[in-house]
Amino acid sequence: MSFINYMAREINCKIVYYGPGLCGKTTNLQYIYERTNPEAKGKMISLATETDRTLFFDFLPLALGEIRGFKTRFHLYTVPGQVFYDASRKLILKGVDGVVFVADSQIGRIEANQESVENLRTNLAEQGYSLDKVPYVMQYNKRDLPEIATPEELRELLNPTKVPEYEAVARTGVGVFDTLKAVAKLVLTELKKGGP
Amino acid sequence: MVNPQMVMYEEEFNQIQTVVDRLVKDANAKVVFIVDKNGQLIAASGDVDNLDTTSLASLTAGNIAATGGMAKLLKENEFATQFHEGEKANIHIQLVGNRVILVVIFDAKSSLGLVRLRVRKASEELNHIFEALLKKVQEPGADSPFAEITDEDIDNLFND
Ligand SMILES: Nc1nc2c(ncn2[C@@H]2O[C@H](COP(=O)(O)OP(=O)(O)O)[C@@H](O)[C@H]2O)c(=O)[nH]1
Ligand SMILES: [Mg+2]
Repeated sequence: MSFINYMAREINCKIVYYGPGLCGKTTNLQYIYERTNPEAKGKMISLATETDRTLFFDFLPLALGEIRGFKTRFHLYTVPGQVFYDASRKLILKGVDGVVFVADSQIGRIEANQESVENLRTNLAEQGYSLDKVPYVMQYNKRDLPEIATPEELRELLNPTKVPEYEAVARTGVGVFDTLKAVAKLVLTELKKGGP
Repeated sequence: MVNPQMVMYEEEFNQIQTVVDRLVKDANAKVVFIVDKNGQLIAASGDVDNLDTTSLASLTAGNIAATGGMAKLLKENEFATQFHEGEKANIHIQLVGNRVILVVIFDAKSSLGLVRLRVRKASEELNHIFEALLKKVQEPGADSPFAEITDEDIDNLFND
């Protein structure tokens, strides 16, 4: 649920990075944080365990620029990927405007990806959203590793509805901004269609 | 969409700001702010210059969402009030009308009793304002300013 503030002339949108544990969600946000001008970003917050696994969420507020005199602000969140944090994932999906699914391209993680997409669909439905209607893009991450599935294989398994998809190496930033821009664009296009 | 879009107009914003400004004074608080349940800051007052309100807003909403989840498991409706006591600063968090969150940060110059008392009154006022705002948003003809944006506008946003 975006928030249009006529007083501050701002529009706020919430984007959630979803995916199985260790697929690279936090790494996406870290790269965006590092590569954004100080005036365009707020503090990045990570609620993580001592071993650096996301416990509740990461949060990064980002200002992308102005449209028709309105500042556009995007709040990026990641969810904890581990199976047992499902309750936390549901909470973070509340009021979401756009979703990025980060898939781990490694062959050994194919099932974890599939489970996570299913989990995304279920949890969105519980909030009254349909994955087929929400602005949604797919990222195939870790393309630098040796034992990976081809983009065609990943598409068939994870992206049957053929939403926009990007190959990425989040650790070095390949594809990270392309993914973000794509989802931001879908969210803004949705606003244009929707209205309150 | 399940949630109606959150929109803030000048008229309601000014009403909300008046309530928040007054609460800072009446409760002897350091900072008062209002956040929507998705973590977006709506209004703030008091000594906010040295405070990262964006981060606080997001964490407050996360906190309310988490305790809301706990309430659900306990078959409680909602934990509407939370209080965190620190050495110097205390935080009082109140859910208003199940829509927005009213946060009061105060120190030894005030007391929990006073804050509670003032928050109760402010919550009622805020609840009325947000109810009216919600009605206004749902009226037909309340067009989004984004209805007329073009693909070009959106593309331009990304031409660094
Ligand atoms: N080789 C490689 N490693 C990556 C890539 N993206 C993330 N990683 C690593 O994968 C691990 C888990 O990443 P993290 O972002 O914490 O995963 P999260 O659980 O989805 O938040 C970290 O050690 C990252 O450095 C990538 O594109 N290639
Ligand atoms: Mg993480």
